Parts: sequence; C-alpha cells; structure tokens
Amino acid sequence: MIPGAFAYHRPKSVSEAVGLLADLGEDARALAGGHSLIPMMKLRLATPEHLVDLAGIGALKGVRADGGDIVIGSMTTQHELIAAQLLTSKLPIIGETSLVIGDPQVRYVGTLGGNVANGDPGNDMPAVMMCLGATYHVVGKNGERRVAAREFYQGAYFTALEAGEIVTAIRIPVPPAGHGYAYEKLKRKIGDYATAAAAVVLTLDKGVVASCSIGLTNVAETPLWAEEAGKLLVGSKLDAATIKLAAAAAEAITAPASDNRGPAAYRTKMAGVMLTRALARAKSRAA
Amino acid sequence: MAKTQIAMKVNGKTVEALVEPRTLLIHFLREQLNLTGAHIGCDTSHCGACTVELDGKSVKSCTMFAVQAQGSDILTIEGIAGADGALHALQEGFREMHGLQCGYCTPGMITRAYRLLQDNPKPTEDEIRNGIAGNLCRCTGYQNIVKAIQYAAAKLSGTPFQEAAE
Repeated sequence: MIPGAFAYHRPKSVSEAVGLLADLGEDARALAGGHSLIPMMKLRLATPEHLVDLAGIGALKGVRADGGDIVIGSMTTQHELIAAQLLTSKLPIIGETSLVIGDPQVRYVGTLGGNVANGDPGNDMPAVMMCLGATYHVVGKNGERRVAAREFYQGAYFTALEAGEIVTAIRIPVPPAGHGYAYEKLKRKIGDYATAAAAVVLTLDKGVVASCSIGLTNVAETPLWAEEAGKLLVGSKLDAATIKLAAAAAEAITAPASDNRGPAAYRTKMAGVMLTRALARAKSRAA
Repeated sequence: MAKTQIAMKVNGKTVEALVEPRTLLIHFLREQLNLTGAHIGCDTSHCGACTVELDGKSVKSCTMFAVQAQGSDILTIEGIAGADGALHALQEGFREMHGLQCGYCTPGMITRAYRLLQDNPKPTEDEIRNGIAGNLCRCTGYQNIVKAIQYAAAKLSGTPFQEAAE
C-alpha cells in the first residue's frame, strides 16, 4: 500500500513547526511517531498534502520534574517512558500503560503526544491522562494555551486542538507517594486496541479510600473519566458491595460500539470487570 | 511530487538517494537499494517481517517513510553476518535449532532478536517471548525461535547452551 503524494517538512523548532502548519493550512498534518497516521495514509483514509515531521525538534523530548508536576515532552516515545527513572519512581502507571501499547517495535517509535492528541478512542494514554488530571500544553501560531485532558476529547478523532495547533508537552500532577495505581486492559492479542480498559489512581488513609480517580479506554467515542464511580469509592474500604456499585456506575457511562472485539453489552460489562481488577491491584500497591 | 535528497548509513555504508517523500522505508531498502532481506508481510505494522534496526531501535520499516530515516544508521539482515561471511550467532541459532520453516518471518525475527540481545544479553524465556511479541510466525509455533535466540544468547555470552527439557 502506497500513500498519496505529499511534501515533507522537518522543522527544527516549535515556532517553525506551528508557523508551517498555519501557513500550509488544512492540507497539512503534524507527524509524530506516525503509527496511527501512516497506516491511515496507506489506506488513503488520510491524504495530507504536507507532513510536518516533529522528530527534529529536540525541545519536544524528555521527562522532567517541575514543582509538583512531571512534564513530558510530546515526542517522548513509549520506549523512553518505560525507561524513565522519574516515572518509575513517581508515576509508575505511565510505564505500566506503555507496556500494553503496541509491541516493542511500535513502542520504539510511538509517542505520548501522538497517542494523546490523535483522538482515537482506542489509544490507551488519554484515559490515563484523564485519570491523572493531566494538562496538555497546546501551541499554535498565536502562542500557548493549556487544556485539561478531561476537557480535551470531543468525539472520535475530534479534540480541542484547533487547526495548526500541536501538543508540545503533557503536564501531570504527581500523585502522593504511596498511591495505588493500575491500568488493566483486556485485549485479544499483543498490539490490539482494548476491548475495554480501566485506569485507577487512589490513595488510602488507614485502609479507607481518601481519593480515587478512574479513566476508561475504548468504551465510548472518547476516553471517559468515571467521576461518579470514583466518588462512590471515596470513604469506603474497597469492600465488595461498594466496588460493585462503582463498577455499575462506570458501566453506566459507557457507550461502546459492537465490533470484532465483541458486542456492545459485552464491552460495557468488561469495562466494569477491568475496573474491578484495577481497583484490586491499585489497593494491593497502595501504602 | 518533487523528490527529496536523503543520506543515511545502511549496513555500514553511506548511501545517498533521491526519493519521493511518500516512499516507505521498506520500499526504499528493497527497491532502490536492492536489499530484499527485510520482507513486506502484513503491510499494516502488525507482523514484523519488515523489521530493521534504526539508530539502536527495532522499527517496522513498512510504517516509516524513507525521509524520516534521513541521517540515521540502519542495519538490515544483510548486515548481520560478519564481513567474512561468518554467520552471526543468531543466524547459526536459527539454523541449529530449526527456528524457521518457510523463512518469511526470519529476517525480521533475527533483526528484532539482535536488538533484544544487545539490550538484554541474558533474557529469560518470558523476556524473549515478550521481546518478539511484534513479530508473527505462522509456521513454527515459536518454540524453536525461542530456542534459537537462547542458543545465540548463550553463544554470545560464552556460556554453554542447555536446551530446556520439553
């Protein structure tokens, strides 16, 4: 399969990149790792006339601490996320999620920015970012604005990104030390999108849930933040009855499509099952 | 569409060429450089038959444009053997352990395993299986591929290879 013809641009800076995207208009697309865009181009489902490759912009790489936040450059690959010491110690859910994305070759190339900005409901990081309360640094020709992950996703492949804007960084508030976390993903095979998946970050105070945030992947047109389900668990000891209520509340906000991964009712049920498993694992890890 | 000049190192040699930006790396390697070792399998970044090494990473060359590889250092299956033609331990392992039947996935398997052993010279069986999770084989059932990689890991680290009991 051969993509349609396009002109290739490789800017050296963010300002050059957003300048190009603004000048070239709607026929231009930003290229990150390309593992969503290039397959779409090979199928001619995407036919950009210009590709603006962000790989030459060193400023978009890396993981750093900034006050109580961790800031991750959008072109940081999943492979690099898995290896990043700062994430292993402060935000281990990122590495756990990265490891269930694609396969080793895909993770060498696929980026966090591409994963969160593409708007594909099958991508794993968006629900994790909603769970963590992350903020995206969005840069366009007129400067930078910040958009909460929880407000970013509007529909399948529709996001708060305006034409000509790119995500340059992902800012994540570091959860308290000793927090429990888990990303549970049901998939048919390595490299598959989730049938359903759940991200959990919680804190315990003497065995009682002090805070709990939940994200759900691929069970609606957008990733979901299951706010109600999280609230139900706060104040509980994660007893079976409360978990059942939370799973039901999470299932209630899903609206998956029936596809090769299963009928809609099954995928909804699996969202509850993934949440139940994620809660158990998060609890076992919480101090 | 205007062609773009690119330069990169492939199997130790500098190559320069004019390519259309839409030329996929696998097509560039196979059709312009005549390096037909890396195969096109699924053409959808699932099967790993097109795996090559790029700047110390295993990548699927069907899901990358040749222009993206500008300035990089690429190793394909053709560059794995020694300059004198001596087989690499992985190639020897695939031969000795019957790690292939039809052979279609083998170049991708070996190039991927090459990076795996560079990063993790003594992998466990689980680490090998996870390491080649992006490479599909429809013949062997993987058992002998895992053994072939274990054989190579042992040989490269100078320890005797002990075939696990079935």
